[in-house]
Amino acid sequence: MSDARTATGIDPYQLGHQQRHKRQYNAEHASRGLASKRIITGYGFWIFLLSDIIMFAAFFATYAVLSSATAGGPTGRQIFDIDNTAIETSCLLASSFTCGLASIGAERHRDSWFYGAMGITFILGATFIGLEIHEFAGLVKQGAGPERSAFLSAFFTLVGCHGLHVTVGLLWLLTMTAQVFAKGYRADVLRRILCFTLFWHALDIVWVALFTVVYLIGIT
Amino acid sequence: MSDLERLSDCHETDRAPGDQLRGEFSDGPKSYVIGLALASLLTVTSFYVSRTSLVWTPSIPVALSVLAVAQMGVHLVFFLHISSGPDSTNNVMALAFGILIVFLLIAGSLWIMSHLNHSMPPMEKVIQMQR
Repeated sequence: MSDARTATGIDPYQLGHQQRHKRQYNAEHASRGLASKRIITGYGFWIFLLSDIIMFAAFFATYAVLSSATAGGPTGRQIFDIDNTAIETSCLLASSFTCGLASIGAERHRDSWFYGAMGITFILGATFIGLEIHEFAGLVKQGAGPERSAFLSAFFTLVGCHGLHVTVGLLWLLTMTAQVFAKGYRADVLRRILCFTLFWHALDIVWVALFTVVYLIGIT
Repeated sequence: MSDLERLSDCHETDRAPGDQLRGEFSDGPKSYVIGLALASLLTVTSFYVSRTSLVWTPSIPVALSVLAVAQMGVHLVFFLHISSGPDSTNNVMALAFGILIVFLLIAGSLWIMSHLNHSMPPMEKVIQMQR
């Protein structure tokens, strides 16, 4: 049976777990074929996100190794402003929530729900980026820029890389809003919205690791 | 995607990460509300623990790590809708492999670098040896 399936090219890698249904194969799966495009797209993007998280893990490992290499410069305890981090964290958490609401709005084809939630997500994400740029500018101004010590280089690389991801996410958010505006809730647009929400939630997960490892453990 | 196609996806084989199972939380915002509540609770606890003097100081980094792992779990379940159901097997397997690599990368780097640090003589001694 599996030979026949490979030969016909319907599910050569058995992505759809179809072993269970072997007997019904001819009747059912000839019409179903591969798993739907939404599942394959989502799974592929999931693999990308995991590899992105592995890249972040490399930056985390670098930071953890270098966090005490301050070269006589300022330590984390002296330069981190935890109140600022708390505001950033609540912005990103709330934006993750509104992003989820936007994805429901898109699936139900509710314009006000989708545009409203996307708008709030954008404002919260932009606030996050604004606060981060403000923090970075302040650090560079007081002579604690990335060139000061290995610790600060690792800090700017790790936090800056996350900030860059959020910036790209904001551009993607605007693109998706424009696509829904221009093309409506088509299946391909909905698949892109699925990928965007996955991306945004994954950034929030990275931020959880980041504020814990860098900021909270940094000041204790 | 038509609702019919979506329904058949949910009942037959696989589920895309991020998609909710129909009927699980009535496919509405409920899962996001629960997730937001739990995540806020864990975040507030982390920020409180980092500044409190009530907890034994050496235990604080461990407590913070546990809280962070718990919060990542909350995000995965309630925001990304990763579940233990058979339709989510592929997503969970990929996630497990990702976590394995992340663990090897971070723990391995820290382990190797601490050994190197340990076996390196202090800097003054190195400078003396070079003279």
